[in-house]
Amino acid sequence: MSSYLESTARQRIAAMVSDFNEFLPPSSQWTSPHLPQLNAPVSFDDGVVVGRGSIEGKQVYVAAQEGGFMGGAVGEVHGAKLVGLMRAAIVNQPDALVLLAESGGVRLHEANAGLIAVSEVMRALLAVRAAGIPVIVVIGGSNGCFGGMGIVSRCANVIIMSEEARLAMSGPEVIETANGAEEFDSRDRALVWRTTGGKHRYLLGDCQILVADETYQFKTAVVQAMQHCSQADVALSLQDLEDEQTMLNNRLQSFGDMTEPMDIWAAMGVRHPEEVAMLDTGAFLQLTASIKTGERQHG
Amino acid sequence: MDSLQLLAQLFPQGHQVNIFDDFISGSAQIGEQTISVIGTSGHTSIGVEIALAQAKAVLATVREFPQRPILLLVDTQGQRLRHRDEMLGINSYMAHLGKCLELARQSGHKIVALVYDQALSGGFITSGMMADACYALPEATIRVMGLPAMARITKVAEERLTELAQDNPVFAPGPKNYERMGGVQAIWQGDLAQCLQQAFACADAADRRSELGRQRGGRRMAQQVIDTIMAQALAQEK
Repeated sequence: MSSYLESTARQRIAAMVSDFNEFLPPSSQWTSPHLPQLNAPVSFDDGVVVGRGSIEGKQVYVAAQEGGFMGGAVGEVHGAKLVGLMRAAIVNQPDALVLLAESGGVRLHEANAGLIAVSEVMRALLAVRAAGIPVIVVIGGSNGCFGGMGIVSRCANVIIMSEEARLAMSGPEVIETANGAEEFDSRDRALVWRTTGGKHRYLLGDCQILVADETYQFKTAVVQAMQHCSQADVALSLQDLEDEQTMLNNRLQSFGDMTEPMDIWAAMGVRHPEEVAMLDTGAFLQLTASIKTGERQHG
Repeated sequence: MDSLQLLAQLFPQGHQVNIFDDFISGSAQIGEQTISVIGTSGHTSIGVEIALAQAKAVLATVREFPQRPILLLVDTQGQRLRHRDEMLGINSYMAHLGKCLELARQSGHKIVALVYDQALSGGFITSGMMADACYALPEATIRVMGLPAMARITKVAEERLTELAQDNPVFAPGPKNYERMGGVQAIWQGDLAQCLQQAFACADAADRRSELGRQRGGRRMAQQVIDTIMAQALAQEK
């Protein structure tokens, strides 16, 4: 039994991927060219591990962001490692690309380079899908998945989360700084999780598979996601995006006037929304299994 | 530049572009060609509604006008910073817009973007930065954050950042820095209608920004990292 949340990027890869071969390993010492000027420490992998290996016999290209280094934020080298991995995947055609995402988004120390890099990652990811390779994103680290990486993640075929995981755009602290604690009190941890956490994302349809915080459960979910994707078209299509347009529009119409996530859950048919936070993942999935969201598709 | 004034300069032959609640949409003529025009004005923040409205316009173009070129006009202060937008999953709405633009590209639509006023991180990444090529007016502002905010976060004195920004385009806002780093293809001067025509003529579906950044010296490592990883990956497959 091991907690995915408490594992490092390298521990996650070791537990989930066999025969892992790392590209640009720490020994080659490709570090950020920008951090030293700001007297900030560098990391020999710039906070992301990329390589190839296999999961249950399937060839996979894998990237894992390390939340312990600058919150997993994307700088020039970090972003280019993701882009290089994705472009190599298009050439070598693995069975899937798996991104273990943990990131605050753009690394502010490398502001402009980080922003362009995230944009390049987004386009590279969609090119991987266009090449017929499914992209699976796993979110379960303590830093969550925010900013540009929150957008990138929603470009994948499947998102797997734990209930402890968080997926959003702007962090609560950013919103509180801009618009005050009455807009979003970042110290109200329960509200933060109701708004950005795995259960809410699962109910809305932004995450397709919810698992308990056990590394082997994440691995099982990745296998399940790969099986699901092998039977479906993984590239973007007009029909899928028209469906997503309808889904997002319905969400806005149904819930756009609400201010509390529990009201959304109640409107979806969850009978005791105030109890949802306390339910373990199994009980939560059982309770919500009958809810027909009609929203569990992805574009 | 004011958006109506901009439209007049871009389309001397005329246009059918409307601006309603800071949402720009419609069509216009360039020579014999009709193009779709989609974007935002008034430095508006990108919330779930305007992201969805832009996506709808992109999908309508793909569905009804195969291969019609698309011009994205960018003026935004970034993503909307509200609890309600986060609760609804604003990242999903923005990703949806980005995916719609990628679908358009894959379906043969040329996409050109112009930052004519402001562009800020979140609102920019799923619009202008998804184009085949993104251009800017000289007076445009492009940034992740200003130097004072960056000084607070990095705990490096603002004076030192200003000094660093002289030689390193990574730190300071501005279209020139983005041009050096490959994020902006070029800065438009003079006859905007001609610039636009030229931009569509040389629009290219491949993402060459890291290569441009290397050539222009503003982002030296990205392309090297990409090339090295691809070489290592190919070697391992053999």
